[in-house]
Amino acid sequence: MNTPVLEAKHLGITFGGLKAVDDFNITINEGELVGLIGPNGAGKTTVFNLLTGVYQPTEGAFFLNGNKMNGKKMHEVVRAGIARTFQNIRLFKTMTVLENVKIAFEMDFKYKLAHAFFRLPKYWKDEKEIEEKAMDLLKIFNLESKADYIANNLPYGQQRKLEIARALATGMKLLLLDEPAAGMNPTETAELLSCINVIRERFGIAILLIEHDMSLVMKICERIVVIDYGVTIAKGLPKEIAENPKVIAAYLGADDDLEDEEDTKEGA
Amino acid sequence: MKKSSIKSSLINLVVLIIVFGILIVLCEFDILSNYIRGILMVCCISIIMACSQNITVGYLGQIALGGAGFMGIGAYTAAIITKAMASANILVGEGVPDTLRFLIAILAGGILAAIFGVLVGIPALRLRGDYLAIITLGFGEIIRVVIQNLKFLGGKGFSEGSAGQALVGINRISNLYVVFWVMVICVALMYTFIRSKYGRAIIAIRNDDIAASASGLNITFYKVLAFTVSSFFAGVAGGIFAHYIGSLSAGSFGWLKSTEYVIMVVFGGMGSLTGSVIAAIVLTALPEALREFSDYRMLAYSVALIIVMIYRPTGLLGTYEVSVTRLINKILGKKEPSLHAIKAEVEASGTKEEEVVK
Repeated sequence: MNTPVLEAKHLGITFGGLKAVDDFNITINEGELVGLIGPNGAGKTTVFNLLTGVYQPTEGAFFLNGNKMNGKKMHEVVRAGIARTFQNIRLFKTMTVLENVKIAFEMDFKYKLAHAFFRLPKYWKDEKEIEEKAMDLLKIFNLESKADYIANNLPYGQQRKLEIARALATGMKLLLLDEPAAGMNPTETAELLSCINVIRERFGIAILLIEHDMSLVMKICERIVVIDYGVTIAKGLPKEIAENPKVIAAYLGADDDLEDEEDTKEGA
Repeated sequence: MKKSSIKSSLINLVVLIIVFGILIVLCEFDILSNYIRGILMVCCISIIMACSQNITVGYLGQIALGGAGFMGIGAYTAAIITKAMASANILVGEGVPDTLRFLIAILAGGILAAIFGVLVGIPALRLRGDYLAIITLGFGEIIRVVIQNLKFLGGKGFSEGSAGQALVGINRISNLYVVFWVMVICVALMYTFIRSKYGRAIIAIRNDDIAASASGLNITFYKVLAFTVSSFFAGVAGGIFAHYIGSLSAGSFGWLKSTEYVIMVVFGGMGSLTGSVIAAIVLTALPEALREFSDYRMLAYSVALIIVMIYRPTGLLGTYEVSVTRLINKILGKKEPSLHAIKAEVEASGTKEEEVVK
C-alpha cells in the first residue's frame, strides 16, 4: 500500500487547561479531497495551525509522506510540502500579483547574495525562469492579465484565487484550504469550485478543506471529518455524514443560523 | 526585462557622470568653497546612512534606532586601520594613493559593523515594533559607551567611569570625488539588493509575516540579513565620516544621530531609496542653508518636517522610485509599459461602482 500523503496520529494540543484539539486522527491519500467541518470554535483552524507548524502539538504526531513533522517551524513545514491559505485573506497587499506568486517560489531560487548584489547571469536566469513559472500558474487562475496589478486592488474573489495560486507555488503535496468560499457570492463560489477541480487534475495534490458552505462540501469532498469541541465526532462519506445524528445535533442543530453569521478568527 | 534594465542603468550612469562632471568643474575652478564641499561630503555620508536605514525601517518595516552605533563601529574600525597602516608603513608613500588605504579601511569598517549587525540582530529581531525600537536604541547606546571606554580608542578604561578623550590624528584622506562614487556604488548595491528575491522577501515580511512564513520564507534569516546589510552600509558611512572629520568622539554616535537618519527615511518615504537620497540631501543642506537665521533654523527645520508629515504622511515619495528612464520616456512622449498598477486602481474602483449599480 502507498504511504498516505498526510497521516495524523492522536494529534492534540492543550492551551493552559483547555484541550483545544484532542486525539485527532486523519489519513489523506494522494489526490484525495477531504473536508473538515464542525461548528464555530470546534477547533478546525487549530488543526490547520497544528498541521502547518504554527502551533506545536502537545500530544501525538503527524507525518507527511511518512516523515515526522513535529517540531518543525512554519517555513520548514511549507518546504516539506504542506501549504495553506487563510480564513481571512493574507496577501502581500502592496506588492504586485506576480510578485506575490514569485515569493512563494522561494525554494526554486538558487542564486545567492553575491548574484543579487552584482546582478550576475544567474540572477537573470533564475528571475526569468521563475517569472515564467509564476505566469503559468497565474494562467490557471485566469489572473495572467492582472500580473502587474497591486494585489490589494483585486476584487475579493480574485484575491482568494491569488492566495491559492501562491500556496501552489510553494510546490506542495498537500494543500490546506481554510474556508476558501467565505464571503463569496454564488458565482464566485462556482468559479472557485471549478478552480479547485482544475488544480486537482493538473497537480494531483491532496487537499484538506475547511468550509461552512455545506453544499460545496457535500459536492466536492470525497470524505468528511467532523469535529466538535476538539473531538472527532464523525468520519465518513458525505452521504453518511449528512445522515449522522451526532453531526446533525452538533452542527446542523437549531442555533446553526446564528453561528454562521459571526466567525471568530483564531478560535474557529 | 534584462535589456530594459541594462538600458536604464546606462542612462543612470550617464546622468551620474554628468553630475560628477559638474562637481569636478565646480571644485577645480574654486567655485565651491571648502565649506560647501564639506556639506557635499556630509550629504554623501547622509545618503548612504539614510538608504541603509531605509532597508530596516522602510523595507523591513522594523523601527530600529541603532544606526549610529553601527556607524560608530565602522568609523572607529576604519580610523584604527588607517592609523595602523600609517604607523606600520603599509601602502604609504609616494607611489601609493591614499585612496587605496581609504577604501580598504571603509570596507573593513563595513564588514565589522555587519558582523556586529548579525550579533545584535539575532536577539533583537525576535521583537518587533516599539520593543525593537527600544532594544536597538539600547544596543546602540551600549556600543557608544563601550567605545567611549575602550583604552585603545581614546577612553580611560572601564574602571574609570568617566568619558575619555576623542580619537585624534586620523588621516583626513577622504576625497570628495572618491566619496561620491563610493556613495553611488553603495546606493546601487542597495538597490539591486532590494530588487532581488532578498528584497522581495523583506518587503513581503513587512506586508504580512505570517503569510511570508506560510510561503516558505525563513523570516528570522531575512530579518537578520536585512539588518546586517543595513549595518554594513552604516559602517561604510562611518568609515567615510571618520576620514572626513579627522577626530572621533563616541558622543557623536548617540541615539540622537540615529533618529536623525530615521527622520530622513520617514521624510523621504519608507520604502523608496531615491526618496531617502533626496531627503538626505534636503535635510543635510536645510539646516546649513538656514544658518543665517541662526536662532530660528532648528524651528524652521522642525516646521518643514511637520508640514511634510501632515500633507504627505507616507513621506515625500512614499514607495515610489524616481527613475531617469521614466522621465526621459515622459519627455519623449513614449507610452510607459507598466502603468498597470494605476490602471488596476481605476478598474477596481470601476467594478465597485458596477456593483453598486447592480
